[in-house]
Amino acid sequence: MPKPFTVNDPFLFVVVGIILLLVLSQAVFFLVRSWRRALALGMEKSTLWKVVKTSAAFTVVPAISILIGVVALSRKLGLPLPWLRLSVIGAITYETPAAEAAARAVGTTIGDTATMLTAPQYSVIAWVMTLGIMAGVVFTPILAKKLIGGVQGLEKRDQKWGDIFMNALFMGMIAAFLGMIFGRVTEGLAGWIPVFVMLASALIMALVGLCIKLFKWEWLRDYALSLSMLGSMALAIPITNLVMGVAK
Amino acid sequence: MSARQNARSYEDTTHLLGKIWVWGMGLVLMMFPAAVCVYYDAWPDATALLKGLLAIAPMYWAVGIIEVLTYVPMLGAGGSYLGFITGSLTMLKVPCTLAALDRAKVKSGTPEGEAVATIAIAVSSMVTLAIIFVGVLLIVPLSPILESPRLAPAFEQLLPALFGGLGVALIGRNWKIAIVPIALMVGLFIAVPSLAPSAAIFVPVAAGVAILAARIMYQKGWL
Repeated sequence: MPKPFTVNDPFLFVVVGIILLLVLSQAVFFLVRSWRRALALGMEKSTLWKVVKTSAAFTVVPAISILIGVVALSRKLGLPLPWLRLSVIGAITYETPAAEAAARAVGTTIGDTATMLTAPQYSVIAWVMTLGIMAGVVFTPILAKKLIGGVQGLEKRDQKWGDIFMNALFMGMIAAFLGMIFGRVTEGLAGWIPVFVMLASALIMALVGLCIKLFKWEWLRDYALSLSMLGSMALAIPITNLVMGVAK
Repeated sequence: MSARQNARSYEDTTHLLGKIWVWGMGLVLMMFPAAVCVYYDAWPDATALLKGLLAIAPMYWAVGIIEVLTYVPMLGAGGSYLGFITGSLTMLKVPCTLAALDRAKVKSGTPEGEAVATIAIAVSSMVTLAIIFVGVLLIVPLSPILESPRLAPAFEQLLPALFGGLGVALIGRNWKIAIVPIALMVGLFIAVPSLAPSAAIFVPVAAGVAILAARIMYQKGWL
C-alpha cells in the first residue's frame, strides 16, 4: 500500500538533508584541495583569508534573495523540494519558471495553494525541475579540459593577448547584464529604477574606494562589493517610492 | 618533478576528480525524484513529464551549454566542477569569483587564479547552503520579513545593485575593452526590451564582440 504523501513529509527532508550533505562535502573537498594548492604555489595565508572574507561577505545578500525564492515556492511545493533545488545547480531565474511549467503540465499552478499536490503530480514536478537543468552537469566534464586548455594555449603563445582575452570575456559578461538594466527605460520613469539603483551602487563603490585610499582602511576592501550591493538595495526602497510617486 | 610537470599532473587530477564529482553528483541529484517515485509508489505520468520538459528543457539546456562555454574559462577547472553543481552562477558564483580574483590580485587562467577561484566558489557555496539551511529552520518567523512588501523593491533590484559596484571595480581598469560591448548591449536592450530578460543568452555575444574589439585595438597598439 502506498505511503501517505504530503509535500512536507519528514522522509523528503531526510532525502534532501543527505543530498545537501554530499554537496557540502564536495565544496569542502575542493576548498581543502585548492587551499593546499595555493599554499604550494607560494601564496600567503593572509591573502587566502582575504579571499574567504570577501567571498563570504559577498554571498550573504544574494543567498537571502535565494531564500526568498524558497519561501515563495514552498507554499505550493512544501519546503524540501525548493530547499534542494535552490541549493544546487539552478537559480531563482530557472527554478520558478521550471516549477510553473511542471505544475501546469500536471493541471495546476504554483499560485494555486488551495489544492494539495498528489504524489504523482509532485513526482512529475520534481523530475522536470531536476532534468530541465542538467546541461551544465552533462557538458562541464566533457568540455572543461578543452576550453581551459584553449585559454592556456592562448596565454602561452602571447601572454599579453591572453590577459586581454580573459578581460574581454569578463567585460562581455558584465556588458550583457549592464545592458539588461537599461531594458525597461522606454517604459517611462519607472523603467529607470534599475538604472538609478545601479548608479547608487556604483557611487557607493566609488565612495568606499575613496575611504580606503584616504583613510588607509585596507580592511574595507573585503566588504566593498557587499557594502555597495547592500547600500544600493537599501536605497532601492526610497528610490522606488520616489519614482513611483513622481510617475503617478 | 619539474614545476611544469607538477602543474600538469595537478590539472589532470583536477579534471579527473571533477568528472567523478560532477557526474556522480548528477546521479545523486536524481536521487530525490527517484526516491519520491519508489517510496510513495508515485510514478510520473509520461505525457505530463514530456509536456513539462518540452516547456523548459530546450531553453534551459541551450542556456546551460552557453554558460559552460562562457563561464568555464572564467571559473577555471576546480571552480567550474563545483560551481556547476552548486548553481546560481550569474548572480552569485561568477561575480564572487571576479571579486575574489581582484582581492587576491591574481589573474584568471593562472595556477594562482585557479586556486583562488575554487576557494571563492567553495566558500560561497558553503555560505549559501548555511544561509538557506538556517532560513528553512526559521521559515515561520522569517517569511513575513522576507516577503514584506516594504522590502520587495530592494530584492527586485539585486542585479543592478550587484553589477553597479562590480562595474566600478572592474570596468575602470579595462574601460577600453568594456566600452564597445557595453554600448552594444545597452543599445540592443533599449531597442528590443523584450530581449532583456534573456540577458544570459547574450553573454557569449557580448563576449565575442568584446574579444573582437579588443583584438582590433590590440593590433592597432591601443591596448
